[in-house]
Amino acid sequence: MPKDSGIGASTKRREDVRFLTGDGNYTDDINIHGQAHVHFLRADVAHATLNSVDVSTAEAMPGVIRVFTGADFEAVGGLPCGWQVTDKHGEPMQEPKHPILAHGKIRHVGEPVCAVVAETLAQARDAAEAIGLDLTELPAVMDMKSAVADGAAQVHDDLSSNLCYDWGFVEDNKAAVDEAINNAAHVTTLELVNNRLVANPMEPRVAVGEYSRSDDMHTLHTTSQNPHVIRLLMGAFVLGIPEHKLRVVAPDVGGGFGTKIFHYAEEAFCTFAAKAVNRPVKWTSTRSEAFMSDAHGRDHVTKIELAMDADNNFTAIRTETYANMGAYLSTFAPSVPTWLHGTLMAGNYKTPLIYVNVKAVFTNTVPVDAYRGAGRPEATFQLERVIDMAARERGVDPIALRRQNYVTEFPYATPVAVEYDTGDYHATMDKLEEIADIAGFAARRAASEAKGMLRGLGINSYIEACGIAPSNLVGQLGARAGLYDAATVRVNATGSISVMVGAHSHGQGHETSFPQVISEMIGIPEDQIDIVHGDTSKVPFGMGTYGSRSLAVCGSAMVRAAEKVINKAKKIAAHLLEASDADIELKDGQFTVAGTDKSVAWGDVTLAAYVPHNYPLEDIEPGLEETAFYDPANFTYPAGAYACEVEVDPETGKVTIERFSAADDFGNVINPMIVSGQVHGGIAQGIGQALLENCAYDDEGQLISASYMDYAMPRADDLPFYSVDHSCQTPCTHNPLGVKGCGEAGAIGSPPSVVNAVIDALQSGGKNVAHIDMPLTPARVWDAMNG
Amino acid sequence: MTQSTIWVNDVADAAEVHGSQVTFAVLNLVQINKVWEVRMTSVSMTVNGKAVSGEVEGRTLLVDYLREDLRLTGTHVGCDTSQCGACVVHVNGEAVKACTMFAVEADGADVGTIEGQANADGSLNVIQQAFQDHHGLQCGFCTPGMVMSAAALLKDNPKPSEAEIREYLEGNICRCTGYHNIVKAIMAASGQDVPAMAAE
Repeated sequence: MPKDSGIGASTKRREDVRFLTGDGNYTDDINIHGQAHVHFLRADVAHATLNSVDVSTAEAMPGVIRVFTGADFEAVGGLPCGWQVTDKHGEPMQEPKHPILAHGKIRHVGEPVCAVVAETLAQARDAAEAIGLDLTELPAVMDMKSAVADGAAQVHDDLSSNLCYDWGFVEDNKAAVDEAINNAAHVTTLELVNNRLVANPMEPRVAVGEYSRSDDMHTLHTTSQNPHVIRLLMGAFVLGIPEHKLRVVAPDVGGGFGTKIFHYAEEAFCTFAAKAVNRPVKWTSTRSEAFMSDAHGRDHVTKIELAMDADNNFTAIRTETYANMGAYLSTFAPSVPTWLHGTLMAGNYKTPLIYVNVKAVFTNTVPVDAYRGAGRPEATFQLERVIDMAARERGVDPIALRRQNYVTEFPYATPVAVEYDTGDYHATMDKLEEIADIAGFAARRAASEAKGMLRGLGINSYIEACGIAPSNLVGQLGARAGLYDAATVRVNATGSISVMVGAHSHGQGHETSFPQVISEMIGIPEDQIDIVHGDTSKVPFGMGTYGSRSLAVCGSAMVRAAEKVINKAKKIAAHLLEASDADIELKDGQFTVAGTDKSVAWGDVTLAAYVPHNYPLEDIEPGLEETAFYDPANFTYPAGAYACEVEVDPETGKVTIERFSAADDFGNVINPMIVSGQVHGGIAQGIGQALLENCAYDDEGQLISASYMDYAMPRADDLPFYSVDHSCQTPCTHNPLGVKGCGEAGAIGSPPSVVNAVIDALQSGGKNVAHIDMPLTPARVWDAMNG
Repeated sequence: MTQSTIWVNDVADAAEVHGSQVTFAVLNLVQINKVWEVRMTSVSMTVNGKAVSGEVEGRTLLVDYLREDLRLTGTHVGCDTSQCGACVVHVNGEAVKACTMFAVEADGADVGTIEGQANADGSLNVIQQAFQDHHGLQCGFCTPGMVMSAAALLKDNPKPSEAEIREYLEGNICRCTGYHNIVKAIMAASGQDVPAMAAE
């Protein structure tokens, strides 16, 4: 019998009511009295010397308040990078300046060059057309391998090259890996592209800056996954505003997928300009601007070699990856191809020797940073593709080859620096074989073939590292921040509870699922508990939502704070019941004395805490409010197995997803309905990457996929119903809820199974196609079949 | 650059999405003291059963009139090429992307937005309730357009098949749900059983 409340219940989301009735409060819905509007004039060339800017005509246009240029920001800091990677020689990465507005040079199409603040948006846009830019165009640096060759044009003149870093991991293992590969019975080699993507949350970014002269207080309303991080980065490193004079509010946010983690120029601009013009200043991104200013994702070019012994045991993996950083280092960009990618190259397998080399390269493109999965999809894709290719080369079943090499004993220390605490990869594969009806595939293939279609089955395993992250560990790895989170549990006098959390909900349903945990702990109804998030003036200093960390890290902080509250409440109850603290039990909202019928209700205890007439004031303070910070001991390691079945039309190359199944192990699950929804959405994005989406530049650096007319977002008729299961649960051993995180799994686990399925379909039709780079558009598939 | 050329650019932009309706904007162009300026036009319409009126520029889109002038911010803007469907409203009973229509074109029309969809007592209507029951929304940004499109679909086709729902939603992009629970919700709202495959 499913539970109807608390942990494990599919409680319907309370936030839905406002979203379904038009009562949501997104940043673009905020209009402040007296607000002015900003329009950014963005670069329409990829690489140029910016000789001069003439704003005189624009400044005289109707409604224009002020036109800003890069020169206005010489006194403030550039956008900071939050992670410093050390290269294989022990040297720090090359780290360029990242201006708010371009100054002296333009480095990518879409870079903000000038900003027009006017009474209306239309006036600002009109005036921007009148700005004159004197440019000398330079050759665009686009191809990564060419960018690091001798004689390449330089994206940053003050750096020694376009190479950000050349990272070796683990460098000490390299010689042993080389030797193992040289001596292997079989080596499978695959060269592939992990296509550049744009996250595309449906809500474009928005920033509204506000300044109050009376108390020297700055407020930024912004579309952020982590308002405290923005306050810290922008306040301390860009504008020099101390935290207590800066409030950052992220109200309802319409999706993030990583791209709203980062601190962007437009946020700093609106905050800065609000004081400079003494007016609230609002910016709302158009979708076209979003394509050329939101941080992009993926964009790796990789060669992977998998070595096996004569019995098909994996003996070594060696990879070389070129990772595109774009023109500047976005907030967490350097960490993505390194610590979020190299550390996952063991996958679910006990490969003893692994060496990962990553060359991060500057190009004249939009900066690249974390997008749903961030490094882990890139690791999973290359590994699960090369294993499939190896199975085909060796003539063995791809499921059997995986099973043969699975890690089965935990904890398991990989050769790439992480330790998996729990998992059961056979169990998820067993479950997958069941829900995907692998046994029935042959009959379905025959049915497809009977109507002239090719049918393929692709499967893969995946593992990811979530719940980022232990602060002392990431500090050693170059993070310039801690990665704990925080929660305050404020019990009100009559017993209802407000929980202020550092995590931010932008689709994940925290307002529903977090109260389920508190309700379970205390035994009061979920509707007596509210979650407060997204406002630095209300919530403790937490690091926000990304890396599938909200429940594992912030939820753990909430549990710790609630435990403190309960411990104190038990002391108060003990006083009221004239019993010993140690004998007090809390269940279903009642404190009882163990072994007696004496009890006092939750609400009576909370009232006593705030009306302390009969209260042990000599021992404990009045009130009932506790804060906890939680720093995880390890990453969490969700894992699973995915299967995709496709039909390929041999006449056109069109791929249709016929079935998609996912068996995940997320540890304990708080709200199964929400977890399934997260997996559905992740799978859709993974299928999007595999079949549809591609962020494309031409050789001159023009972004040629900058609208939904050109960038193929998955639509309802591109996708099937999915079969998902998360009943395999090996709880995380090191956080109090035993949870692992589910937000990114779908996007990590799905691309390889889609591509594996298409290759399987083509091979079944006698087409000797070993690999096709994503996205597998009809044109690419047709070319591969007929090439 | 003069204001006239700026204005022409705007008309050209609008024409890309709206074809023949450029004439509406042309009528609003007046020359005053050798400078082209945009004349304001009065519009009146019924929105969610209530009569409203105001002054708009010829280039003001219906979605901007709803959001900025009427402060009906439930209708969202997710793109600038009339692809995403976050701005779907009902105009005289038909689903329309409110970014493809000038406010002046809706003069005299009966407009329905997400704010007018709930039952008279404020409870969620059948479609809204199905979206909540089946977790058909996550971040909520595409949701108003989805609900408005679903309502238009079910008005014309009370028992759509899964394939018909998916085809109808071609013009509504959701990035969160993978559409699985949206399709389920619309099937449930139309009183149909959800396929066993989609039970999870």
